[in-house]
Amino acid sequence: MFADYTMGELGAIFAMQGFAGLILFSVFVLMALGLAIIFGQMGVINMAHGEFMILGAYVTYLTSNLFADYLPALFSMYFFLAMILAFFVAGGLGMLVEWALIRHLYKRPLDTLLATWGLSLILQQIYRSVFGAREVGVSIPDWMMGSLPLTDMIEVPINGIFVMVLAVGISLAVYIMMFRSSWGKQVRAVTQNRVMAGAVGINTARTDRLTFGIGCGVAGVAGSAFTMIGSTGPTAGQLYIVDTFLVVVFGGAASLLGTIASAFSISQAQSVMEFFLSGSMAKVLTLLTVVGILMLRPQGLFALKLRK
Amino acid sequence: MDARPDFLLTVENLTVSFDGFKAVDSLSFYVEPNECRVIIGPNGAGKTTVLDLICGRTKATGGKVEFKNQELLKMREDQIVHAGVGRKFQTPTVYEDLTVFENLEISYPKGHGVFGALMFRRDDEVISRIDEIAETVFLEDLLDEQAAFLSHGQKQWLEIGMLLIQDPELLMLDEPVAGMSVAERKQTAELLNRVIKDRSVIVIEHDMKFVEDIATRVTVLHQGKVLSEGSMAHVQADPKVIEVYLGH
Amino acid sequence: MLLSKNRFFSTTDLIGFGLLALLIFVVLPIGLDTFRLNLFGKYLTYAFVAIGLVLCWGAGGILSLGQGVFFGLGGYCMAMFLKLEASSPEATKIQSTPGIPDFMDWNQITEIPIWWQPFHSLTFSLIAVILVPVIFAFIIGVAMFRRRVGGVYFAIITQAIAAILTILIIGQQGYTGGVNGITDLRTLKGWDIRTDDAKVLLYFVNGGLLFACLFLAQLIRRSKLGRILIAMRNQEDRVRFSGYDVANFKIFVFCAGAAFAAIGGAMFTLQVGFMSPSFVGIVPSIEMVILCAVGGRLSIIGAVYGALLVNLAKTTFSELFPELWLLGLGGLFIAVVLIFPNGLAGLYSDYIEPRITAIFKRKFPESKDPGKFDPAKTAAEAAE
Repeated sequence: MFADYTMGELGAIFAMQGFAGLILFSVFVLMALGLAIIFGQMGVINMAHGEFMILGAYVTYLTSNLFADYLPALFSMYFFLAMILAFFVAGGLGMLVEWALIRHLYKRPLDTLLATWGLSLILQQIYRSVFGAREVGVSIPDWMMGSLPLTDMIEVPINGIFVMVLAVGISLAVYIMMFRSSWGKQVRAVTQNRVMAGAVGINTARTDRLTFGIGCGVAGVAGSAFTMIGSTGPTAGQLYIVDTFLVVVFGGAASLLGTIASAFSISQAQSVMEFFLSGSMAKVLTLLTVVGILMLRPQGLFALKLRK
Repeated sequence: MDARPDFLLTVENLTVSFDGFKAVDSLSFYVEPNECRVIIGPNGAGKTTVLDLICGRTKATGGKVEFKNQELLKMREDQIVHAGVGRKFQTPTVYEDLTVFENLEISYPKGHGVFGALMFRRDDEVISRIDEIAETVFLEDLLDEQAAFLSHGQKQWLEIGMLLIQDPELLMLDEPVAGMSVAERKQTAELLNRVIKDRSVIVIEHDMKFVEDIATRVTVLHQGKVLSEGSMAHVQADPKVIEVYLGH
Repeated sequence: MLLSKNRFFSTTDLIGFGLLALLIFVVLPIGLDTFRLNLFGKYLTYAFVAIGLVLCWGAGGILSLGQGVFFGLGGYCMAMFLKLEASSPEATKIQSTPGIPDFMDWNQITEIPIWWQPFHSLTFSLIAVILVPVIFAFIIGVAMFRRRVGGVYFAIITQAIAAILTILIIGQQGYTGGVNGITDLRTLKGWDIRTDDAKVLLYFVNGGLLFACLFLAQLIRRSKLGRILIAMRNQEDRVRFSGYDVANFKIFVFCAGAAFAAIGGAMFTLQVGFMSPSFVGIVPSIEMVILCAVGGRLSIIGAVYGALLVNLAKTTFSELFPELWLLGLGGLFIAVVLIFPNGLAGLYSDYIEPRITAIFKRKFPESKDPGKFDPAKTAAEAAE
């Protein structure tokens, strides 16, 4: 399949596809980070995670409309406010859900999976009733349009770069939160020994709620970023959920570094293969490879060997 | 030292490390037929891990474990059980949704393949064997009770009963009297004294009175290594042991 | 006492089987016209999947979110046979290549691929209906259970497999009919399956197969294997250290579930007249779990009622209030987990059964409670 291209063209193709892959990687990372916090730290499978992301996307959409109508002068800056709003709206809903639903199910992970699937159906229907079944897009501020030509064959879109920077920034923030703050220490303490953490005075219920909320909030920000590169529909979140779960599981559930590495390899593999095969076959091959590797190494790429 | 064939269990240079931390470090010990070996040691000495390694629950990093001249480290858990090694866990581990009778029946050593289990008949022999074991572990009146409704001590007995019905040549018990009331403790000591008669036993226990009662030999573990080994009196007099237990 | 507990059918089971047989073989055929009966036949094909899930998930604690894969494979094997029969050169003479399935012709394929060829034979196809999904399940089972993949990991990976298969079927439309699936199926060995008579007959065949599967499931549940499954759900390690190779039992029950689902899929194809990827993917697969959960994850009879009720509700609501249906279904997922985790069967045994027993007790006090007042005994004593 490579024979039809010259070396220069191949290089350009790999670079362009690689860059397209980086954008996919950014979305994966943002989605997966929230999921990894919730699944890795709390052992909860949140099937409605995609819907939290879409909530962030709708919040961004509403904010952009508000700015366009009432504050056109500041339109170029709306995105930053939208991101913060998306974080708090999705995070707030997440905390509500934790309180109403998840906290009753900590000992039944498989049941959580079903309950959150139910939640995702309800959220999808609410989005459809409120925003309509059609996909909506935001108007991207001018400074994010266009692309940077690197060489005469390779050029990279600015919104892609922006999303990537965002992904890196949020990963860093999450890392600092989990491993450098006292809150992160509490979360990890609760994960490792819930009873003991409670005994030394950590409010485990509050920690759980905050963790779940922050995981959902990060998904909301992912949704904000998502609006830069795709349009938002009620069921758009569902398309990503399986991929994202594979990213998290593949990376080794408790490892943030693993999550990032696996998001990178999966998105790159898919993106580069997409150019040479049809999109669907690229996806089949990527998913098959991931499932195959998981069968050989079920604990994921980055996991510690521990006494059971 | 070469494994002498008259040892029932030979553990040599057994090592396991968890992410760099050596929980068990080149450990060697030998168990003779009909011996009751008690393993003691401070928390984190690697006691439970040693049992996990012998019964295949944890995979060793190195060394060898021979039981009746068969290498156990290469075998699957169920094969180790069929070779004649039974293991009781630290917390009582019974099937809460099944009755006491059904709990014992599952451990009955027949019909262990998929189709064997499908075709398994509950005949008179099975029933009388279960009745017999239930009586030994003081549960003869509770056969129809769901295991979830048993007390902590009764669950411990049930698990011991589940092991007895397998009739293992080597029985490994992890803190069999922990969390029991005084009365239950006494009854269990009596039960264990009967149980250990015609087989080899490895027991992890903290209760020194109890250890003195049953032990043939005592092995003291410390930081994954053997600190001292011998009779109870020998071990108690060993300055290294006193240092570890009282020194810090 | 113990032995009576281990009887193949308890009285409750016997009543349950009897009532269900009455419903399926008498009440529904008499009460419904052919169109509705065919619809209920379609609902019942999902009951096969739900029964399999009771064994895997309810008893064994293995949640598969990919049962649609096996339902679909069974259905596709059946559909391939029917499609080849419907694609005789005479019936397809307007195509540019007559004698091949229409969707192949549309995709510029000019001859039937090799792996389609054996499906000319009905015997082969019927064997394949069961064997293909079972072999597939066996491979997945060996790979996962031997490596101790379980719980949520197993659920996620089966879900990914459902996604992969759907993408593959849709992507390879020249060989699979793509997103529309394999449609326009007409005859089975010359017997037109679209007529009313055929539909009624197929409904009864479906019912018969369903009872055969119920019977097999009961056999598994009542054997020691059934109790081992429950034991595995409670304490997998204890089972392992009682000398069982746990993986083998999981593989067995997963394959059994796959076989049941496949029979359901094949009967679906026969009764509905087509098979498409929309019965394979993530969404249908997880909906199959909800059928089982609504019926009661521990009850095979409950699973059948769950399949009937949820599908009936789906048809009714999605016709009348399409918006309410998704909300309702979502609510059902949550309710069945939070409020009634043992489903209909649990509600029955918690609320209805005690009342029935109470009524029986009032009517025949002596048979249930010999220790208390016994008129016959008192009369006999008086006579002495």
